[in-house]
Amino acid sequence: MMEGLREFCGMIWKVLSDQPDPKAAFLPLVPEAWRVEVSALLSVLPILMVFPALFALTTVLERKGLGRIQNRPGPNRVGPAGFLQFAADGIKTLTKEDVVPRAADRVLHFIAPLALVVPVFLTFSVLPFGRNLVPLNLDAGLLFFFAVGASTELAIFMAGWASRNKYSLLGALRGIAQMVSYEIPLILSTLSVVMVAGTMSLPAIVDAQAAGSGDLLSRWHVFTPWGFAGFLLFLVAACAEANRAPFDLPEGESEIIAGYYLEYSGFKFALFFLGEYLGLFAACGLGITLFLGGWHAPFRFMEAWVPSYLWFFAKLAGLVAVFIWVRGTLPRVRMDQLMNLAWKFMLPLALINLFAAALWHFLGSTPAGWAITTGLLVVSYWSLGRILMPPGRIGRRVYRYAGEGPA
Amino acid sequence: MTELQFHLSLSALLFCVGLAGVLIRRNVILALVGIEFMLNAANLNFLAYWRYGSRTVSMDGMMFVVFSIAVAAAEVAVGLALVIALYRRLRTARLDEMQSLKGCTERTDDERS
Amino acid sequence: MSALNLLLGIVVLTGAVAALSLRNLVHCAFASIGAFLGLAGLYLHMGAEFVGLVQILVYVGAVGILFVFAILLTRGGGVEERPLFSTSWLCGVGVAGALALVLLSGLFKGADPSDPAASRPSPTLKQVGQRLMVEDVLALEIMALLLTVASIGAIVIAMPEPSRKEEDPT
Repeated sequence: MMEGLREFCGMIWKVLSDQPDPKAAFLPLVPEAWRVEVSALLSVLPILMVFPALFALTTVLERKGLGRIQNRPGPNRVGPAGFLQFAADGIKTLTKEDVVPRAADRVLHFIAPLALVVPVFLTFSVLPFGRNLVPLNLDAGLLFFFAVGASTELAIFMAGWASRNKYSLLGALRGIAQMVSYEIPLILSTLSVVMVAGTMSLPAIVDAQAAGSGDLLSRWHVFTPWGFAGFLLFLVAACAEANRAPFDLPEGESEIIAGYYLEYSGFKFALFFLGEYLGLFAACGLGITLFLGGWHAPFRFMEAWVPSYLWFFAKLAGLVAVFIWVRGTLPRVRMDQLMNLAWKFMLPLALINLFAAALWHFLGSTPAGWAITTGLLVVSYWSLGRILMPPGRIGRRVYRYAGEGPA
Repeated sequence: MTELQFHLSLSALLFCVGLAGVLIRRNVILALVGIEFMLNAANLNFLAYWRYGSRTVSMDGMMFVVFSIAVAAAEVAVGLALVIALYRRLRTARLDEMQSLKGCTERTDDERS
Repeated sequence: MSALNLLLGIVVLTGAVAALSLRNLVHCAFASIGAFLGLAGLYLHMGAEFVGLVQILVYVGAVGILFVFAILLTRGGGVEERPLFSTSWLCGVGVAGALALVLLSGLFKGADPSDPAASRPSPTLKQVGQRLMVEDVLALEIMALLLTVASIGAIVIAMPEPSRKEEDPT
């Protein structure tokens, strides 16, 4: 028993200090029959604890950050400087009455929040958090991420439809239209990385971005022309996939109140909230893995004395801060602007970026490679913005009402 | 029952459920769902023979399934576009009300109810 | 026959039967998605990782959503009050049942062609990619063309005709 405890502490120390194969010494002490289950549990439990805790922290930080941007203090009553606000919110949502509308489809209304949260947790299982920390090293990790992530759209539809509320249904339809549209640039922007790295396994993609022996700077994909363009496309598409401002039309509290989770209260509402933030974290984690070098430090000499997972979480915090900043700065886009951006600008640019990545694959990191890919991307960015989405079409506003038919 | 026989009988049953759905459901969209089930049954067959056959190295069965899924996706897209176009014209998605080829413009009482 | 396979098989068949017999069309769509997920589980259990994940991505992420959208666009969201099955339903069920009998009897009468020595194959994604991009590249290109044509065709078919005046929906 004592030995088991000692080995358990040793395992945690091994994880914290970035050593390979942390479970190797602990698992032999577990009875033979339980070994697989215990091993799986040891991989899964940290995800189940760390990311909800991060969610709690992010809600407070986001409200304080938005408060700063809008010149108000933000939450400042509970705990030191308001940082325990998440506990008050948690207790409130857990003790609230769970209201289900009488006309609602009870089964689907109950399943919807679970169908949102479970796939989002599953997507974390393929992300490499540190040097030896990847719960599930799948050969097709990226495909797994997108396959599992695609089922959140169904959960949103389920919630909107089962509530039997017109605002919920409107929100759900907006949500699906938006997520289906932005999934295409999202996947295409990640494909450029797959093409250059030559693998879909996320740990292998992180390895491809490690600094060589002679480099000072790491070889993050974002430091290449196609990687930079791909990262920006990825960020915008991920923002839309996570339904965050300026793409929060599915919620649109001033238009359709709260969209698909209008009829949810108490714990189920908390689950939706959790699922949304976890989806954001997962998208950020994927962006870090694909473009920002995963758990690698920006400079080679830093890797020796800072644990790898700290780099991952520092980058995650940075990206989340960017999303909070964007949310506090940009106004919500209109539905037609949303669709135009996805189909007329991001989709062609993602395809051109794929072509640029192919050129880079053949030219390599030579001056010619830099010049040609940068030129291609800048010219196509400028011309796509000017030709397909001309800015100067501002005329008198024309209203078209439902039922009038096509104009 | 071996694994192969299990998968093949599951696929046969799935195919027949899909066929029955196509034949008897009155809604066009569900007829399409039935067709999807039939395609999926065929996919299951391909994969079962690939997995439990003697030449697992060749991956022929898997390739068939990949292409079959792509064809199924195209088929669903076009099929549902047809359903929407039909709905716009006839204001119905029920197969028994789409009978303009029969030449009867009047619906019978049974179908109107 | 492992317990997991049996469970997934039951999920697939109940999902399929429910999808084709429920009264509420949206429930039908969700039941069919359950059946597709069960099939993806079977594929993954057989060692076809790529195909299983593609099945989830295409059927749950795209086809299921399309079905749901089509149901809502044809105003089938409520409970169907009129008869679900055509008047000749006995005939249809008979044909399908007869086919099932023929298939199953043929399956169990003939010799079992499975190879007991076959081990669980686990092709890497690289092998699948090589196969798709090198040996089957012509088929892949034709498939890409087909998908492009299908998506453009779907848009053209579903586009409202601009000249014709729409009748009032009744």
